Amino acid sequence: MSRHDHDRSELSETELRVRALETILTEKGYVEPGALDAIIEAYETRIGPHNGARVVAKAWTDPPFKQALLDDATKAVGTLGHVSRVGDHLVAVENTPTRHNLVVCTLCSCYPWELLGLPPVWYKSAPYRSRAVKDPRGVLTDFGITLPAETEIRVWDSTAETRFLVLPMRPAGTEGFSEQQLAELVTRDSMVGTGFPKTPGAPS
Amino acid sequence: MNGVHDMGGMDGFGSVEAEPNEPMFHARWEARVMAMVRAMGAAGAFNIDASRYYRETLPPEVYLASSYYRKWLLGLENMLIDKGFVAEADMAAAHAVEPPKPLKRGKFRIDDVERVMTRGQFARPAPAAAKFKPGDRVRAKNIHPLTHTRLPRYVRGHVGVVERDHGCHVFPDTAALDLGENPQRLYTVVFDGAELWGSDGDPTVKISIEAFEPYLEPA
Repeated sequence: MSRHDHDRSELSETELRVRALETILTEKGYVEPGALDAIIEAYETRIGPHNGARVVAKAWTDPPFKQALLDDATKAVGTLGHVSRVGDHLVAVENTPTRHNLVVCTLCSCYPWELLGLPPVWYKSAPYRSRAVKDPRGVLTDFGITLPAETEIRVWDSTAETRFLVLPMRPAGTEGFSEQQLAELVTRDSMVGTGFPKTPGAPS
Repeated sequence: MNGVHDMGGMDGFGSVEAEPNEPMFHARWEARVMAMVRAMGAAGAFNIDASRYYRETLPPEVYLASSYYRKWLLGLENMLIDKGFVAEADMAAAHAVEPPKPLKRGKFRIDDVERVMTRGQFARPAPAAAKFKPGDRVRAKNIHPLTHTRLPRYVRGHVGVVERDHGCHVFPDTAALDLGENPQRLYTVVFDGAELWGSDGDPTVKISIEAFEPYLEPA
């Protein structure tokens, strides 16, 4: 759908403003026509949680890679040619039976978008940003998740250009699974800390 | 600035509602806004810290009532006008009527798209030795700058422990104001839930922030 498809009479105030600004930027010669479409296409086709899922599945099956990921996630992910480049400052944090990690950005919407795609609305919303640092168990309840009372919860507030990827625990019953089969179990939310990976055989 | 964007620890916003099978964009204009921000940033009209600051300086009632990309649009408009890339007359006409202002990196072209698909590099050579090391107890300073800062209110005055040293990074507080990159050491600092929230806190929770050295003092 191009920006010319709408019936002009149905454009909202916001749509009119967006169209006006784009017209101005194009007429002033700041942006080559087509360049914005190319950016959108790249976002829509190249980034997403499938990138993060491959990293997690590799860490589950390859102990030296997992150690390298925890030591320097940017460098480790850089060795996987099939995952989009992530730039600097990626930090992978590991869930264990005694510790659960949860990622938030209380000040805006910082998120490892190369690995997880653009953040969902809930991640950018006031309820999540306000409560994740004060009542993370309550937030997890909103996602239908309950952790044992004694499990430590570590909340990572993304207040700088470091970005965090949660390495969830490998689900039981996946012995012998290939990396590809494992990657299919890794959900976006499990890499933010608001969910768990899928369990094999369970209804999705 | 102590704005409404600094939401950590606030109450009353309700429960988190996730949308099943959420699309990347909910309307095409959202994608256009995202792309304009990326393109103009890559062309050198502004840096990422300035773009955050312009969203934070929206009037609080506008910030709270606007959708995410609506905030991006309003911040972008204000920023391009303030920095002289767009004139009020252009906006009124919905067309370019004033001459353009040269962009630091020139017109954004289709060939530049690759550049916006990789995150920027924010690490810089260290101008000085680190003041703190992992294991050190530090207090987040009780400071209230009126301009952009990445030290959230909910940790100010509280004591935590340095966990990681990330080396030196561009300092958002000055970069947002076009006062230079002013690289500063960046640390992960961990706080106990009880330190931040007192007896209302969950004793099994620890919270970390990414703290620039000027935000911290020995404790």
